Amino acid sequence: MTTYAREPALSAHFFRREAAGLVAALTRIFGVHILALAEDVVHDAFCRAMEVWKVHGVPDNPAAWLMATARNRALDVVRRQRTARTFAPELGRLLETEWTLAPLVEEAFQQGVIRDEQLRMMFSCCHPGLRVEAQLALVLNLLCGFGAAEIAGALLSGRAAVEKRLSRGKRSLARARVLFDLGAAEFAERLSTVHRALYLLFGEGYHGASSAAPVRAELCEEALRLTALLRAHPVTATPATDALAALMCLHAARLPGRLDGAGDLAALGDQDRSRWDRRLVDEGLALLARSAKGGEVSTYHLEAAIAAVHARAPSLEATDWHAIVALYDRLLALSPSPVVALNRAVAIGQRDGAERGLAATRAIADAERLSGYPFYPAALGELELRRGDRAAARAHFHHALSLARNGAERRFLEKRLACCE
Amino acid sequence: MAEFVFLYRSDAGQRKKAMGSPDAAQQSMEAWMAWMRDLDAKGYIKDHGQPLEEEGKVVRGTKQLVTDGPFAEVKDLVLGFTVVKARDLAQAAELAKGCPILRGEGTVEVRPVMEMRPPQ
Repeated sequence: MTTYAREPALSAHFFRREAAGLVAALTRIFGVHILALAEDVVHDAFCRAMEVWKVHGVPDNPAAWLMATARNRALDVVRRQRTARTFAPELGRLLETEWTLAPLVEEAFQQGVIRDEQLRMMFSCCHPGLRVEAQLALVLNLLCGFGAAEIAGALLSGRAAVEKRLSRGKRSLARARVLFDLGAAEFAERLSTVHRALYLLFGEGYHGASSAAPVRAELCEEALRLTALLRAHPVTATPATDALAALMCLHAARLPGRLDGAGDLAALGDQDRSRWDRRLVDEGLALLARSAKGGEVSTYHLEAAIAAVHARAPSLEATDWHAIVALYDRLLALSPSPVVALNRAVAIGQRDGAERGLAATRAIADAERLSGYPFYPAALGELELRRGDRAAARAHFHHALSLARNGAERRFLEKRLACCE
Repeated sequence: MAEFVFLYRSDAGQRKKAMGSPDAAQQSMEAWMAWMRDLDAKGYIKDHGQPLEEEGKVVRGTKQLVTDGPFAEVKDLVLGFTVVKARDLAQAAELAKGCPILRGEGTVEVRPVMEMRPPQ
């Protein structure tokens, strides 16, 4: 009777974490062409857990309990439906006899197999034929266990749109009949699509993270976790993967300092650097060092290197702006973008003074692409303010405010505007 | 103190909603555990009870006809029970108000257990 009282609570997002692994194991058995069956079995296992645990309490190893339940149900489903359906084409006839069925099902739930199947699922979700919004929705659903409503909240889109993206995406997975083969010829190309999707997933969380929207900070955590999954397999643990992981760690380290006491965005110069997560900084720096092996320099290497300079600096003033400008130069050469050019101009402003910074900002080649980006006029305002032209600064901040995309940006820009008085 | 049985009833749509996504499942689970733990800590639980499979057999009539059922889709399916100790029926009903099943459209049926000793 007292077992209930000493029950350990479930860890945060326990079901979400377990869902992804179970779907991967079951997809190995059933095949991706009947993904919905795997999802049903997981749902069923969750329902059984709910009914039993709410009465008897959480078992000592809840993950193992769920897995055993899903495994038994999978055996049941295959035995009952194998004459009517064709399951995983990759397993061929092995599911047809009892001799091979049980060991196969057992094997599908081994940790290493689950990890590899999750990787293959991740690569399948990042099919170049799918739009990136669909790739992210699929990754969040199948690899992070997010429901449609949670994805809609995290990616700031409508629930109906997310549901449509998911069902189209799953139909496209089903048409492929098998998950992506990590030994395929197009592996390298697909790996870079996967990197890109995880980079965007992290960015969605990082830029939207605020105390009002905690789910968005979770996206950073999920992106980090999935990148760690890539790092755990010898084939996907490339230097670019390490660099991407380094970049995420170094940025995530700054998350606790990004919001001030009132929960508003804080500018880099105003951040309390003692609140940066030193453990993540150290991990990021170690990953960046690892990523140097092999000589390949990706945009992730350069962005991580820039983040590393910031992470090592004791203050905004004592930052090595020479190094940062040089890294932005290389980044711009490798992957030209007006946002990168703007960041470079801001760094020049720090290195050479506001006049030079303004000149660099005005010289951005395709600045018209920044016309809807509030941090373009905000950067101009910042530089004018430092130069002492308060009227010009005010005008730029007013313009920036008119472009603000959310409350956090608005409050941040209002504060900057107040500094012009 | 008297004993009461809480019968938990719900239907498939509600159950699916409560378990709609892994995070929704977790919230439902945590709500149930918190409620049970609270009843337990205050000494109201006599027996945690048992969860029931959704489908089974129904045996009927003098011909002992066996049919499948009830089915998971049926409305007000009994999902399980708990035995509680309370002062009276009113208090038992009050305790049932905290049950998370009510957040969907499920119900808790509160039934007094008949006294087994002969009346004094």
